[in-house]
Amino acid sequence: MIPVIVILLYLVVIASIGGAAYRRSKNNTEDFFLAGRTIGSAVFFLSLFATNMTAFAILGSSGAAYKQGIGIYGLMASSSGLVIPLTIFFIGTRLWALGKKFGHTTQVQYFRDRWECNRIGTAIFVLTSAMLIPYMIISIIGGGQVLNDISRTSPDAAPLIPYWLGCLIVTVVVTLNVFLGGMRGVVWVNVLQTTLFLLFGTIAVLIISGNVPGGLSNVMREIGADPVKSALITREKMPAELFWSYTFIPLSSIMFPHMSIMCLSARKMSAFKQTVVAYPIAIMLIWLPSVFLGVVGAQVIPGLKGTDSDGILLRMLTQYSPVWLAGLLGAGIISAVMGSDCHQVLALSTMFTKDMYEHYNGGKVQSERQKVFFARVFVLIFTAIAYVVALQKPTGIFELAQRFAFTGFAALAPVMIAALFWKRSTKWGALASTSWVAFCLLFSWYLTAVSDEIAPKPPVPGLKPKTSMIAVAPGSPLPPGGQGVSVVAAPGETVTARVPGTPGASPNAERPSPNVAPKKKPVTQVQIYPSLGNLFLRNATQVTVFGYLPVVPMVFGSALLMILVSLGTRPPSEATMRKYYG
Amino acid sequence: MKYLVVPVLLLVYAVHQDLWNWTNKTLIGGVLPAGLAYHVFYSVLASLTMLFLVKVAWPQHLENEIEALPEALKNRSAHE
Repeated sequence: MIPVIVILLYLVVIASIGGAAYRRSKNNTEDFFLAGRTIGSAVFFLSLFATNMTAFAILGSSGAAYKQGIGIYGLMASSSGLVIPLTIFFIGTRLWALGKKFGHTTQVQYFRDRWECNRIGTAIFVLTSAMLIPYMIISIIGGGQVLNDISRTSPDAAPLIPYWLGCLIVTVVVTLNVFLGGMRGVVWVNVLQTTLFLLFGTIAVLIISGNVPGGLSNVMREIGADPVKSALITREKMPAELFWSYTFIPLSSIMFPHMSIMCLSARKMSAFKQTVVAYPIAIMLIWLPSVFLGVVGAQVIPGLKGTDSDGILLRMLTQYSPVWLAGLLGAGIISAVMGSDCHQVLALSTMFTKDMYEHYNGGKVQSERQKVFFARVFVLIFTAIAYVVALQKPTGIFELAQRFAFTGFAALAPVMIAALFWKRSTKWGALASTSWVAFCLLFSWYLTAVSDEIAPKPPVPGLKPKTSMIAVAPGSPLPPGGQGVSVVAAPGETVTARVPGTPGASPNAERPSPNVAPKKKPVTQVQIYPSLGNLFLRNATQVTVFGYLPVVPMVFGSALLMILVSLGTRPPSEATMRKYYG
Repeated sequence: MKYLVVPVLLLVYAVHQDLWNWTNKTLIGGVLPAGLAYHVFYSVLASLTMLFLVKVAWPQHLENEIEALPEALKNRSAHE
């Protein structure tokens, strides 16, 4: 009960911050969407960091570490700690300067003007909206789920806050905050959120660590000595290709509309200096305890399956820390969900107002007050629809869309880089890149759908692995129409496997080869089309291309198309070149 | 120092792929797995790299351009 009271009090504070920001507002779009471009250095850092810090950074990372071990930190956190600040340094500062100079509020406004073309802006608007909306709705689902989970007095008890009510609370608080406060309200909440989470997150970790039975050293030694679980403290189950591929994903960060819009809100460019230096450390402070405790959780609370493992941190919190602290950290987690959600709602409202309503206004002149009114009505209608969608709990399809959103935005990065740094880039190059990204996303979706049935099952920590397939020689004959599939059993090692005992099984198919040890190995990837070899592989969660994430060919393809098509088409006018490049 | 920017960035990016730690089960200080400790150190290295960039490759010309703009442009919302 106490955690629920603490969280509800916290939510009241968040909603009232929106009210306080409303009293400071000036009822024009610069103020509503960008807080008048007056955000100071410290607030800018805390808010930009909060914009990127979603529930996944806390719950998802510990859940992923529970299943896959410490490699999750290098896979996502340390690569983001380098790539995101780099994009902020090279792209964010340029966007800020262009915004100050020409008054841009969105990426699309810049693209339209830079390439002298309305349609390229509209194409990018459609693609970015399609990728952002599922991401935003999944945040509401996540928030509702967290409130539902944290309001249980015991793991088997009914929640005090049911899922529908959790989603409603999150939606109402987000709506109030954005509707009333605009960017100013969102930013103020972010400051509270980041401070709260960094502070109480650290305290919670220290207390949990102190209360784990036997102490952390013993737990880690036990994991190291266990032949199954010892993989959690190494990356032996993580293909090197996948690990490298993930360094491309953080390119998406600056391409998310809420991040690029946030970059326009700084008062001075110097605000970026401390942000880029502090960013990797802030990521470390959030991710290190989450990943570490996820691994510890695999030993002290073993056997969680599927998405249950995402609740490992909350379970440890309930089990090993005082209730008041569980409440405060729960509030921190909820605020991480809502902080990014507020930014996403505001970004969508900004895009629909500026890139659609203002742009396609049929020649009518709208006042600033009318535009802000439109933006607020949009927030109300959109969040109401999002709530109704969240109630259907379309988690599977939306999680997939969210994952694709990161890939898609990362693959759009060459478009932004070309716009900012390459004079010769053209609207046709941008259109080719954008079309490539859209095509690849649809194709990846298709491949994921057709390969769901053959996807290998992930191992569950604490349970003995069930080897459902036997590694056999590469190229061993398989019966026509048999169930044989090829697998990559370890980084760099490709073997062919089949389900033993299936109809039409050939004894040859299971014959050991001199090249491959005849021992059982867990399957990590299977070929989707055996006739295409390792071109399209499927692991437990996603499709890969020769073992690399689709983001790799998508980014290189996007960059290549931008270069080739731009060189073959007419560049923008001299006047535009002078405007943007001097 | 600007000529060091590209090599430094390439080097820092390359050492993220620490193949030598892939199967290392050593626990640093008896608690932290070596692979995790390395990437914690890498996060600090990333921060130092950004500090280096800020010192030697800061786009000061952009800041100067904006400072030279008329006040009305710099503070748009105040005039709307």
